[in-house]
Amino acid sequence: MLSMEFIVASTIAMLTAAGIYLVLRARTFPVVLGLALITYAVNVFLFAMGRLAVNLPPVIRSDAAGYADPLPQALVLTAIVISFGMTAVIVVMALRAWLESGNDHVDIEQPGSEGEQ
Amino acid sequence: MLVLTAVLGLFVLLYAINGWDKRGRHFHPLFQFQLLGINGAFLTGDLFNLFVFFEILLIASYGLMVHGGGALRVRAGVQYVVMNLVGSSVFLIAVGLIYSVTGTLNMADLALRVPEVAAGDRALLHTGALLLLLVFAVKAALVPVQFWLPGTYANAPAPVAALFAIMTKVGAYSIIRMYTLVFGDGAGEVGALAGEWLVPAALVTLVLGMLGVLAARSLGQMVSFAVVGSMGTLLVAVGMFSPKAMSAALYYLLHSTLAAGALFLIVDLVTQRRGKHADTFSLAPRFIHGGLIAGVFFVGAIAMTGMPPLSGFLGKLLILDAIRDGAVAVWVWGLVLSTSLIAIIGFARGGSTLFWKSTSVEGVLPAERRGGDALPFVSVGMLLGMLVLLTVFAGPVTVYLEETSMQLFAPSGYINAVLGSGGMR
Repeated sequence: MLSMEFIVASTIAMLTAAGIYLVLRARTFPVVLGLALITYAVNVFLFAMGRLAVNLPPVIRSDAAGYADPLPQALVLTAIVISFGMTAVIVVMALRAWLESGNDHVDIEQPGSEGEQ
Repeated sequence: MLVLTAVLGLFVLLYAINGWDKRGRHFHPLFQFQLLGINGAFLTGDLFNLFVFFEILLIASYGLMVHGGGALRVRAGVQYVVMNLVGSSVFLIAVGLIYSVTGTLNMADLALRVPEVAAGDRALLHTGALLLLLVFAVKAALVPVQFWLPGTYANAPAPVAALFAIMTKVGAYSIIRMYTLVFGDGAGEVGALAGEWLVPAALVTLVLGMLGVLAARSLGQMVSFAVVGSMGTLLVAVGMFSPKAMSAALYYLLHSTLAAGALFLIVDLVTQRRGKHADTFSLAPRFIHGGLIAGVFFVGAIAMTGMPPLSGFLGKLLILDAIRDGAVAVWVWGLVLSTSLIAIIGFARGGSTLFWKSTSVEGVLPAERRGGDALPFVSVGMLLGMLVLLTVFAGPVTVYLEETSMQLFAPSGYINAVLGSGGMR
């Protein structure tokens, strides 16, 4: 039987693998998608770092045996906001680079500036 | 560090209000945000807050980076953003790993908890610590991940590049903070792990940066590679993790920030006056203010390459002296000295092409746009003046920095100050 930990871990692994593959592509759109996938993977990973718990209350109750760790959830919330803003920024910049230079390759064919990623 | 940021920020701003800020919107708010992020990253005592402040300074730097526009600059900006987003993801993973095994993110608290981590969780902790080192290395432009810097800095607007000079230092500062306090002596093998990777990587960075200086095809690229090289020098000293080397590293950090900032501004002075030749190493007629700019470039280059009498020389001397007894001393001495020579050759070549050989071409390039000419020179001159002050007052500064590094290597004082008061956690 598949445990919950196994499913979560393999989900993170698949998201990260797909994200890294896409980031290594030469055009900006796959790169943006890849970054989005990586940030999702990171968010799930952060969430899992508080240990997976079933049937534990997140808020204080008098009859609770234990609680789900609230701090990773707060961290994930912050991370989601930041990564969302970042994705918006890079979409705008990619669009502008495309409009100004006419193609959407990530590398720069200019003397001295080596392409990265 | 805050004083350093403020000083650099002030002079860069002085330079920027002379025209650069008019080329695009929202320059000043972004500039202040950037300063906020940098100061926050220096001040924070919490790992996750460090991440948040990194993001603040990065978001602002994205905006500043593409300030003024231009196809090439925007594309370099896209690369820069992609690079840093990947870096941020790695940072979060590292934070998650460290939290999962220690259950805290407060730096002082971490310092107490790290030695107590169960043996089974050690591997996770090591992974987290090394990933964290990788992230800071991205910021500090250390070798396997240094390739974003020359492209970014050479294409960024000059005042922004000058401000970015302190951004690499944020990475170095974070390495110093984390690996003396959290993964310091008490952490056992984790601390040693960082030093093992840091020193060779820093040496390679140094060589690569200075070779880049020699190979650069424009002044902006040359200064960018010089920044990479100086980060190499700095991190060699940091990687030693001894109080003496650390104070030398801090002195060199002060110096290299100011020198890099001044040089980036000088590059812009040259670019503005050479019209279509911009800052490439090509023969072009003389340009106005040539003599004065040549003079300040000469001073800046002396500082950057570490020749006497300016503070670069003292900084390198302190670093070399501090690691005289180490096992890797031969490598460090050999590489630091030979790369200094390479850098001197590189700067001499660039300077003579730009300033001396131009006299063999007839005519004078007309000034492109007139404005207040004094302000840029004032700010460049003040930055160089700070270097001179740093040299003159090297004694008191070194004493102060030695005290600082003593404190860094005796983290119990800091831990008590944070946790003893009961203010946090």
